[in-house]
Amino acid sequence: MTTRDEPTDSEETAAATGSADAGEPTHEPPSDAATDGGTAAAEADAAEETTEAAATRTPTTGAESVIAALEAAGAETAFGVQGGAIMPVYDALYASSVHHVTMAHEQGAAHAADAYGVVSGETGVCLATSGPGATNLVTGIADASMDSDALLALTGQVPTELVGNDAFQETDTIGVTAPVTKHNYFASGTDTVGDTVGEAFAYAETGRPGPTLVDLPKDVTLGETDRTPKPPEPPAGAEVDPEADPDAVERAARVIEDAERPLCLFGGGVIKSDAADQACRFAHDHGIPVTTTMPGIGSFPENDPLSLSWAGMHGTGYANMAITHTDCLIAVGTRFDDRLTGGIETFAPEAEVIHIDIDPAEISKNVHADHPLIGDAGSVLEQLIAAIDDDPDAEAWRDRCADWKEEYPMTYAMPEDEPLKPQFVVEAFDEATDDDTIVTTGVGQHQMWAAQFWTYTEPRTWVSSHGLGTMGYGVPAAVGARLAADTAGDTDRDVVCFDGDGSFLMTIQELSVAVREDLDITFAVLNNEYIGMVRQWQDAFFEGRHMASEYEWMPEFDKLAEAFGAKGWAVSEYDAVADTIEAALAYDGPSVIDFRIDPAENVYPMVPSGGANGKFALSEEQL
Amino acid sequence: MSGADDPTPNKPDPGSTHRDTRGKNADRPGMPGPAPEERPHPEGRRNSQGIRIDPAVEAEHEPRRATISALVEDEPGVLSRVSGLVSRRQFNIESLTVGPTTVEGHSRITMVVEESDPGIDQIEKQLAKLKPVISVGELHDDAVSAELVLLKVRGEEPDKVHAITEMYGGQTLDAGPRTITVQLTGDEQKIDDAIDAFEQFGIIEIARTGQTALSRGDTQTVPGEEPGTSGEPTSHATDVGETTQQPYHDP
Ligand SMILES: Cc1ncc(C[n+]2csc(CCOP(=O)(O)OP(=O)(O)O)c2C)c(N)n1
Repeated sequence: MTTRDEPTDSEETAAATGSADAGEPTHEPPSDAATDGGTAAAEADAAEETTEAAATRTPTTGAESVIAALEAAGAETAFGVQGGAIMPVYDALYASSVHHVTMAHEQGAAHAADAYGVVSGETGVCLATSGPGATNLVTGIADASMDSDALLALTGQVPTELVGNDAFQETDTIGVTAPVTKHNYFASGTDTVGDTVGEAFAYAETGRPGPTLVDLPKDVTLGETDRTPKPPEPPAGAEVDPEADPDAVERAARVIEDAERPLCLFGGGVIKSDAADQACRFAHDHGIPVTTTMPGIGSFPENDPLSLSWAGMHGTGYANMAITHTDCLIAVGTRFDDRLTGGIETFAPEAEVIHIDIDPAEISKNVHADHPLIGDAGSVLEQLIAAIDDDPDAEAWRDRCADWKEEYPMTYAMPEDEPLKPQFVVEAFDEATDDDTIVTTGVGQHQMWAAQFWTYTEPRTWVSSHGLGTMGYGVPAAVGARLAADTAGDTDRDVVCFDGDGSFLMTIQELSVAVREDLDITFAVLNNEYIGMVRQWQDAFFEGRHMASEYEWMPEFDKLAEAFGAKGWAVSEYDAVADTIEAALAYDGPSVIDFRIDPAENVYPMVPSGGANGKFALSEEQL
Repeated sequence: MSGADDPTPNKPDPGSTHRDTRGKNADRPGMPGPAPEERPHPEGRRNSQGIRIDPAVEAEHEPRRATISALVEDEPGVLSRVSGLVSRRQFNIESLTVGPTTVEGHSRITMVVEESDPGIDQIEKQLAKLKPVISVGELHDDAVSAELVLLKVRGEEPDKVHAITEMYGGQTLDAGPRTITVQLTGDEQKIDDAIDAFEQFGIIEIARTGQTALSRGDTQTVPGEEPGTSGEPTSHATDVGETTQQPYHDP
C-alpha cells in the first residue's frame, strides 16, 4: 500500500533545514525572499492583492507565479518531465506544496494527469519542456480532448525573442496543440503569467471539460514580478447555464410520458457532471431501462435490474437490441460517437431523441435531437424528474429488455483443449476486488473484455481511452489513478490495469515510476502475443492475412517486471489464476501478472464499422 | 508459477508464426443468441445527417450559401484558430474576411459558406466554442454585402476599359501603356457581371477580398451586438444554442 503522506524531498528540505540553511539560495521559499528583498510598499501591495484562495506568499518570478496559480487552484499533484525551457518552473516547484511525480516519458505524464483528473474530478496537471517534451505530450492531450477530460498542460518554450527562429528545441506548440485543446495560451508577460495559468486551469473544467495548455517562454518564467496571481477563474462567457429551457423540458417530459419503449443512454457527461445519483433516480423513478456508452460505464450500476450495460461496437447484445428498438431515447452527456452508433442510418431509427448536453455543438452533430436540452446533466435530469407527472407505460418493454438479456447472455466457452480465456481472468479479478476498485486499460481486445466482463457499479472506476483509442494509456493511467486515490486518502482502494501485450510495450517504462513512487497497482497483461484486435479484424475482413499483427516474440513480462523492481508472475493455467491474483493484490507495491491467454480468442458481440447495431455478430461466421 | 520456472530462454519460436487463428475461430460457436437475420429489425431509418426520415421520401438537406458573421477578440492567432476549425471539420468555405470594428480589440470575421442547414448550424456552434469568439450569427438574405476587387487588364483599349469601369461604378487606379488596373466594389452578382465584362480585354491578374456584410437596418449583425465605441466593449453573447435549431427542425 502506498501513501503520499510522507513529506516529499522538497518539503523535507524546506522543513528540516529552513531557508537559511538550504543548499542553494534560489531554493529559498519565496516568502522569505519577499520579506528580505521586497520594499514595504511592494509588501503592502502584495498583501492587498492576496485573496483567501491564493497562496500566502508573493511570487518573485513568473515561474513562482505559475506555481502560486496552481496552488491557488487547488492542484495537489503534477506529472511531468524536466528540461531546459521548463527548468524555471520546476525550480519554483521545489518549494511548493504541489507533489510532482517525474514520469519516464511525457506521454505518460499527460495520461497520468488525465487519469488523475478522471478519478479525482479535478483538473489534472502535466508539465514538459519545449520541443520534444511538448510534442511527446500531444498524444495525451489529444486523448483528453476526445474524452473531454479536464487537463492542464504547461510547456516550456524558448525565450520570446528566439520564438520563430527555429531555436534549439523550439516547436510551435501553440500551433501543434491548437486542434487538440479547448484553448491554448502563449504566456506573454511575467506579470500576467500566473493569471493565465489560473484561467487555463479553471477553463479546463468549466462547462464541457477538456484540455488547455499554457506555453511558457523561458524569459517570462525567469522574469521578475511581485504580482500575486488573481484567483483562478474561467474566461468571460465560458460559464454555462446549468438549467435547460423549461419549456423544452416540459415538451421532453410529455414525450417520455407517452413513450412505449423509453431507453436511457448515459454517456461520460453523466460522470463528469457528478450526476450518477440523478441518473439513477431518473431511471428508477420512471422505470426506464438504461444503457451507457463506454465512457459512461459506471454512471449506472451494471448489476441493477434496469441496466443493460453498454451499447456500441462491442456492447452487449441486449443493449444494442434495446437501442435499435426504442421509441424514445433519453441521451445524456454523449456525443454519439460512431463506435456507439454504428451506421447512422440504422441508429435508434424509430426513436424520438431527447439529448441533454452541456455543449450546444453536440446537439444534432451526428444524430438529430428532436428535443435538445442544453445544460448540466445533473441539473437537467433534476428538471426532468420534476417535470414528469406520469411514468411511461413501459412494462411490456422492460419485459422485452429482460428477454433480450436472456437471449444474448455475455458468456464464453472454456474448452479444455484451448488456452486460458481472458474473460475468466477479468471475472476473477472482479470477484477478488471491491466495488470501488479502479480499472485502467490499454486499447484493444483486452480493453473490451475488461469493459464487458467486469461489473461496474460506481462512477470514476472505469478509466480508459475511448475517443482516441490510445494504446499505452493503461500503465500511466494507473499511475495517475493510484495517485488520485492516495491523495484523496483512499489508500485501500485497489487499482488494476488490464493491458494488452502490445499496449503494455508502448508505455512499459512507466513501471519505473510505479516502483520508484511505491505505487500499489496490479498490472494484468492479457498476453496473446498478438496485436489482437487487429488480428481479429484481419481474420474477419482480410482473409486471415496477419500482416504486422503477430509479435512472434514477446519479452517475459514477469521477468521484466522484476527487473524494473516490481513483482512478477506468469500464469497460463486456470488453477493458478485466483491464487496469483490474490498474491498480486496482497503485494504492497506494483506487480505484474503475465496471463498467457488464448491467442485465438475474439471479442463478441461485434457491430462491424458502419453496420446496424441490431445486427451485431456473435461469431466470426456472422460478420 | 513464476515465469522464472521456465528454464528455456525466451526466444522466437519459428513454429508459432502464422498461427491459423482464422480457421480456429470460424469453427468456434461464438456467443449464444439468435443470428442477425433471425432478429426483428425496425423499419425506420435516418438519413446521413442523423435525421429520422420516411424511407420513401429520403430527404436530405441540400447545401445552400450562407453568410456568417463572427465578432472576435483580436488576439494573436485568432484567424488561424478560425481557419483551422474550418479545415479540420471540412466545412465548405468560399471566402473569409477579417477587419477591426469600432471597439478596440474586437474584429469582425465574415464567412461565406456553402453548407446544408445542419452544417451551417455546426459552423456557428463550433465557432462559438472558440474562446476568442464573442458572438456568431448567420445573416439574413436581405443583409447588405459587398466585395472589393482589383482587376488588371491589358491596356490596348483604354477607352473601352474606361467605359466598362464607369458602367460598374468602378475606379481606375493605375493606367499605363500596357496595363490598366481598376477597382470594383459591389455585391456578388455585380462583381460577377463586371468580371465577365472585363474578360474581353484579357484579365492579367485579379485580387478579391471576399464578401463582407452587415445586417440591414436595426437588426444586429451578430446576436447581442451593441453599438460600441472605442474602449466600450460590446456585450458577450455566446449562446447560439436552442434558437439555431429551428430552421431544420422539421425535415
Ligand atoms: C497508439 C496506437 N497505435 C495503433 C493502434 C491501432 N490498434 C488498435 S487495437 C491494436 C492492438 C492492440 O494490441 P494489444 O495491446 O496487444 O491488445 P489486444 O488487442 O491484443 O488485447 C492496435 C494496433 C492504436 N489504437 N493506438
